[in-house]
Amino acid sequence: MGKRIGMEVAVAVAEAVGLCNIDMAAVYPITPQSHIAEHLSDLVANGEIDAEFVTVESEHSAMSAVIGASGAGARAYTATSSQGLMYMHELLPIASAMRLPITMAIANRAVSGPLNILNDHTDIMPQRDSGWISIFVENGQESIDMSIIAFKIAEHKDVMLPVNINIDGFQLTHMVEPMDMPTQEEVNKFLPPFVPHATLHPARPVTMGAFAMSDYFTEIMKAKDEALKNSKKVILEVWDEWGKMFGRSYKPVETYKADDAEVLMLTMGSMGETAQMAIDELRAKGIKAGLIKLRLWRPFPVAEIKAVVKNAKKMIVTDRAISFGGPGGPVFSEIKSALYADSQRPLIYNYIYGLGGRDVPVHDFVDMFQKVLADTENKAVDTYEFWGVRE
Amino acid sequence: MALKTWRELPIGCVVSEPGSASEYHTGSWRSQRPIWDNKKCIKCGICYVFCPEGCVQQAEDGFFVANMDYCKGCGICAHECWPRAIAMIEEG
Repeated sequence: MGKRIGMEVAVAVAEAVGLCNIDMAAVYPITPQSHIAEHLSDLVANGEIDAEFVTVESEHSAMSAVIGASGAGARAYTATSSQGLMYMHELLPIASAMRLPITMAIANRAVSGPLNILNDHTDIMPQRDSGWISIFVENGQESIDMSIIAFKIAEHKDVMLPVNINIDGFQLTHMVEPMDMPTQEEVNKFLPPFVPHATLHPARPVTMGAFAMSDYFTEIMKAKDEALKNSKKVILEVWDEWGKMFGRSYKPVETYKADDAEVLMLTMGSMGETAQMAIDELRAKGIKAGLIKLRLWRPFPVAEIKAVVKNAKKMIVTDRAISFGGPGGPVFSEIKSALYADSQRPLIYNYIYGLGGRDVPVHDFVDMFQKVLADTENKAVDTYEFWGVRE
Repeated sequence: MALKTWRELPIGCVVSEPGSASEYHTGSWRSQRPIWDNKKCIKCGICYVFCPEGCVQQAEDGFFVANMDYCKGCGICAHECWPRAIAMIEEG
């Protein structure tokens, strides 16, 4: 099943998208996403896939182009990173409001300033409330799997929402990893043709993205919120289907040795695999440490989070972004508010780390656990700290 | 017409009826309305030309009137009317 490859992850993502029978792509190159743009344009230029590659002059145009193409009934793809994503920002809620199932890879990179091209999550976090389905991946295999799966989730008749796939820049995009690449036949079997909910066509005129005032705006926002919340059911179904077909199963919240854990850590993206090694080290010392890997960021999996944390005494939430002057990192704030009403919940600590590509080795994760365990008077609970900052 | 609930909205709020924007009476936004004094009007049509909504029409007698379904009361016609034949009065 599939074929075993060793390939740079960004190139593999473009290869996987190339299997998805896309009609068009509009991708503006930006480090560390550029290899997706370059390889996808190669596939089109070489005639390997029958799609239009629109060479836009900016990310704002890229998102505008995929919105237009998706509105016309095309399976449309884009990819970006950091400043490019910030430049797309104003269009993101429009794509979701128009219920256009666009798929986008984000090679997560720190947002300026100062200018920094390396990995963290400061680009995606400001896009949180755009109404997109937002998925974080942990390794190369997951990057290509989600790149294919995203089309099926987005285009499901009960979803019709855009999806972004967060792939840590460099840490994942530029790694050469062994992966199973599905065959064209397998993808054809998995991914049905796109049936749009409406299309722009001169013979059947419709208006998309029209105007609404106070008499309708609240109802429209409610409908969008319900659509995003309801998408979880389909996400679970599609992941389940993928698991049955390819043997790789995905869940909104993955756990590692979390069942009997007294202290839990939550990570997103590529940090999960490093943290996993720290868990093994701690377990070897008799410390009941466990890991939660949050894969689905939107819709936020409240019930799944509650289910896995309820027996832990303490929990470390790690954030790779900061809400300046706020109550803590964005993930920390959400986890805390999700658990607020529960009488049985762990004490929560927040470490902001890995900013602008700063390396976080295994012993740092071990140290985080040790620090939390040493806080016997619970003085650092409910606060956040910049991990490893020079004082 | 009863307003739709959130459950009744079409996916993505797609408008499938062409030209339906004309059913939306933007005149409801108006706080002032233009009143023509036809004794001063010289029928030059500058109000007709400048109306950004295209809602000023010339009647059979050559004088001008605004379609109150769409007149937002912006006052551009009154501002441009050099014989000062148009006054903006508060809506009651």
